Amino acid sequence: MSATAELRNLGGRGSTAKRQNKAAFWFLLPWFLGLFAITLGPMAASLALSFTDYNLLQPAEFNGLENFTRMLGDERLHQSLGVTFTYVLVSVPVQLGLALGLAILLDRGVRGLAFYRSMFYLPSLLGASVAIAVLWRMVFGADGLFNDGLALFGIEGRGWISEPETALGTLITLNVWTFGSPMVIFLAGLRQIPRMYYEAASVDGASRWRQFASVTLPLLTPIIFFNLVLQIIHAFQSFTQAFIVSGGTGGPADSTLFYTLYLYQRGFGNFDMGYASALAWLLLLIVGAFTAINFWASKYWVFYND
Amino acid sequence: MTDTFAKTAPEATQPGPNPAPTRRSRSGFQPVRSIMKHALLILCVLVMLYPVLWMVVSSLRPNDVIFRDPSLLLNDLETGNYAEGWNAFADPFSVYLVNSSIVVLGAIVGNLVSCSMAAYAFARLEFTAKRWWFAIMLLTIMLPIHVIIVPQYVLFAQLGWVNTFLPLIVPKLLATDAFFVFLMVQFIRGVPIELDEAARIDGAGHPRIFAQIILPLMVPALATTAIFTFIWTWNDFFSQLIYLTDPDIYTVPLALRAFVDAQSGTNWGAALAMSVVSLVPIFLVFLFGQRFLLRGIATTGGK
Repeated sequence: MSATAELRNLGGRGSTAKRQNKAAFWFLLPWFLGLFAITLGPMAASLALSFTDYNLLQPAEFNGLENFTRMLGDERLHQSLGVTFTYVLVSVPVQLGLALGLAILLDRGVRGLAFYRSMFYLPSLLGASVAIAVLWRMVFGADGLFNDGLALFGIEGRGWISEPETALGTLITLNVWTFGSPMVIFLAGLRQIPRMYYEAASVDGASRWRQFASVTLPLLTPIIFFNLVLQIIHAFQSFTQAFIVSGGTGGPADSTLFYTLYLYQRGFGNFDMGYASALAWLLLLIVGAFTAINFWASKYWVFYND
Repeated sequence: MTDTFAKTAPEATQPGPNPAPTRRSRSGFQPVRSIMKHALLILCVLVMLYPVLWMVVSSLRPNDVIFRDPSLLLNDLETGNYAEGWNAFADPFSVYLVNSSIVVLGAIVGNLVSCSMAAYAFARLEFTAKRWWFAIMLLTIMLPIHVIIVPQYVLFAQLGWVNTFLPLIVPKLLATDAFFVFLMVQFIRGVPIELDEAARIDGAGHPRIFAQIILPLMVPALATTAIFTFIWTWNDFFSQLIYLTDPDIYTVPLALRAFVDAQSGTNWGAALAMSVVSLVPIFLVFLFGQRFLLRGIATTGGK
């Protein structure tokens, strides 16, 4: 609590400031406790543990950079990185593209907007549940619903979840299925665009397509950026669906071994907690790097009106 | 980063009635185009929701028919799956529903109290290094739980909290769901400051302004928080998987998972039936709390 004590002492610039500092301290007390005891403290501890060998039973033993050199030769880690990158880089753009497309379709004065919006949004609420993952296992099984659907078009099905080439695809589909929540954000953003811009554009003779490209899209870029950052961070942390669909293994043939699933197996399956901590920090660095790149790149394509 | 959040938070942050602008087609009424558009949208809705509808229908079919019937037609109701699934574990399924409800209730109360307090400080008070604390708060929204889970587990294990609900509830009492702090800050900023000032002239201190002016006005934000907390906690799997290993205190997701793994694909009817049961609360919240959900995600981009 040294930082909060410091906070209290620093504000001696007059009685109002002092009183506000004191009030703020009490209002923020639960948050400060959480920040230091549940968030920052464990973060620091996990950084420290990542330089140790620790199995929960014996005290942690410092082993230098061993965990990190071990990563270089850890083929399952490399596999899980490949799986996770594929998942993030395929499912997020497809999901956001679908969300944007439908938001634009819905924004243009469709009757029953509220109904469609609700129906598209519902899967976002259900998608993270174990129940839907169980359903997915059945729908994409060898004799599942998806193959019945394909049969209507005369296409031969397969065991989508039991074959390594397609198992990840079913999880990507599941993430795309939850496009409703970014779609609602896009819809809110579209409503912010003043009508008069379109009126001015059509007075100037701009076609619908031109209006979209020169008015809608530029004004929507901050929202696209916002969705992109959030969904990428979110997708990197996916866990439940791969865990349920693969029965906790990341199989078949490690084809659904998400990074977080591998971390769980190391840390809570093998109680290899030093290595798991190192993996956790690598994840933080990767997510941080993606976010930083996103913010850097946003200078070149995100348009701020003000 | 603060700027990005502020800029992308749309108008829904403002409290009070939020009149939707009346929409009219920019291109006049075009029947063919309109019909095609509706056909496309309805097709999308059907494709998306078909698996869920099929799940509900199939849970009411005998086990041997489930995989042979992709349709949504139901000849006769077979409720045996529900009876069987309900009693398929060591404890009846109601035990897991109660366990999940305890965790959810604790999380909701915790988030409402702690996040609203923190939000009041960030939105209404001036204090040392406020910008920095605020930035840290925003950054913690994006922090993957995996980075802290190992030491957190060690900490809670040493406190003897593993296999209790405390690791799932206590962090919420300490405002670790910073997402909701941000949501409430955005909301309080929209409440006219004149109200605070009037109360201060009448001699009210911050606790009273918070409790008697701000809290009653931020009920919509509190409702949004309660609803999102409900859904996220009800669906949460990762932290429950780590902290609850004793089958007697399994929550609904853990029970479902244990059931599916143990069955290894024999009794799908019962698995589907209990899956449907587990989704009913989410669906009810969706039906009755939709307004707050839509407002909440439009404000902060929650998921």
